[in-house]
Amino acid sequence: MKIWAIGWNVFREAVRDKVLFNLLFFSLLMIVGAGVLSTLTVGERTRIIIDIGLAAMSLFGTLIAIFLGVSLVSKEIDRRTIYNILSKPILRFQFLLGKYLGLAITLGVNLALMCAVFVALFVFMGQSLSPALLAPIGMIYLELLVVVAVSLFFSTFTTGTLSAIFALAVYLIGHLSAVVLSMVEQSEGIARGFGYLLYYLLPNFENFNYKKYASHLAPIPDGQIEISLGYGVAYIAFTLALATWVFQYREFK
Amino acid sequence: MTVIDIQHLFKTYPGPLFKPRVTALSDICIQVAEGEVFGFLGQNGAGKTTTLKIMMGLNRATSGTITLLGRTHTHHAVRARIGYLPEHPYFYDYLTAREFLTLYARLFDLKRFDPLPLLRQVGLEDDLHRRLRKFSKGMLQRVGIAQALINDPALLMFDEPMSGLDPMGRRLVRDLIMDLKARGKTVFFSSHIISDIETLCDRIAILHKGAIKAVGAINALIQPGGFQKQVVFTGLSDAGRQAFGARGWVPTAVIGGLAVSARSDQDVWHILDLVQKHDGRIVTLSDVKPSLEAFFMRTISETGGAP
Repeated sequence: MKIWAIGWNVFREAVRDKVLFNLLFFSLLMIVGAGVLSTLTVGERTRIIIDIGLAAMSLFGTLIAIFLGVSLVSKEIDRRTIYNILSKPILRFQFLLGKYLGLAITLGVNLALMCAVFVALFVFMGQSLSPALLAPIGMIYLELLVVVAVSLFFSTFTTGTLSAIFALAVYLIGHLSAVVLSMVEQSEGIARGFGYLLYYLLPNFENFNYKKYASHLAPIPDGQIEISLGYGVAYIAFTLALATWVFQYREFK
Repeated sequence: MTVIDIQHLFKTYPGPLFKPRVTALSDICIQVAEGEVFGFLGQNGAGKTTTLKIMMGLNRATSGTITLLGRTHTHHAVRARIGYLPEHPYFYDYLTAREFLTLYARLFDLKRFDPLPLLRQVGLEDDLHRRLRKFSKGMLQRVGIAQALINDPALLMFDEPMSGLDPMGRRLVRDLIMDLKARGKTVFFSSHIISDIETLCDRIAILHKGAIKAVGAINALIQPGGFQKQVVFTGLSDAGRQAFGARGWVPTAVIGGLAVSARSDQDVWHILDLVQKHDGRIVTLSDVKPSLEAFFMRTISETGGAP
């Protein structure tokens, strides 16, 4: 009940936040823009709508995940609301999980809205909608949940601005995991060891990249979804556990 | 029953690079009995808020023990029986007063909760559906007090509860604390407003530069020891001020001039002599009614403070 109360409060704050609406508006605009753009092309209209639509969901979802995610704790500290909330009979891990849950719900609702516009666009353009699109959209959501966990982790021990920079860096590196691995394999000594540590420690966001299957409407290999799901859930659990541990020792001066 | 028992509490922070640690609290020992209103008096920066934050588990003690309501202060169940109002409370300003109090009620697992009686208690019953963003500073302080009462706590800890309140608001909080005392609640509150402490508290502790300088019942502390007179004078030269300073007297500004307190006949003669020698003029010589303010000033100045 306490986790839910905190989570619902995060969602309510997000709903009353104009920044979120602006981001949502632009994402919807981009999805609609994909439809307009597809009318200017010869053939492959479906592919353009899918590519741009999924990219919009991913891009704006990530922006919301990072900028709201890093503010989940840091804003409470900056505004000093945390003194009062943590003086109540709520454990710190409950507070963090509540915050995470609230943003997960917010992102879910946002993504659902984007999906609704996406589907409406398909219907309006007279295109057939493949159920194979569900997996890429689900994986975008899972990726966003990992991004929120990472952002929340940083916000438990540093300022909002630094958390945003760190979270963005992790997001970018996480999407370049293959490049990182090839660089590591070419290096030697301590750099090689450090590189491997970084490679395994940072999230590999390519595990959630199903856009390639969607845009070609190609079948997803057996077991692939289970692996991505397992990896995502495990990474979220690990990051939240780490965030809880750090937050447990945090002092509020 | 002892509701608050603080034993040898120390708090130090890491200092700047290559500098020693900064001591915020040093050997704090306080006991507060059930039903007492206890005042924690000190200048700004004395360590009052730090003590309260440690008591509420927001900061960690470097050493020492704190027992609240018979359990260690970090025990989860303790906070369910405490009402806490932080200094300069900041709340979720996008919520209405009703939503705000309902959120906090959920943190106490209160199944059926009606915020109206609480808001009526602090004079905000007409603002149930107004967002906190539109509240004045005094109204926020009142809603802060309402949230501290949400769980009908056995122990209330207020950090500067009168801060930002207008005279009506201060009166309301004073009445509220008296009412809580009448209902057998224990109230621990910090303040640097001496008149509030003097009016409300059974016992006090004076905190200065992180250390307790005096603790006890107000009446017992402020007894002047049988003799205290105040000499008020004007026109003292700079050399005269220095001469007073050299004897450990710090003249304070009062209506009609500068005042110095004497604790013996000998002191009185010395003061009169100094004023005469340094071109001053005596305005009044009168008995001093014992007051907490005088005691506080004396305690602080005796322990190296700058009142």
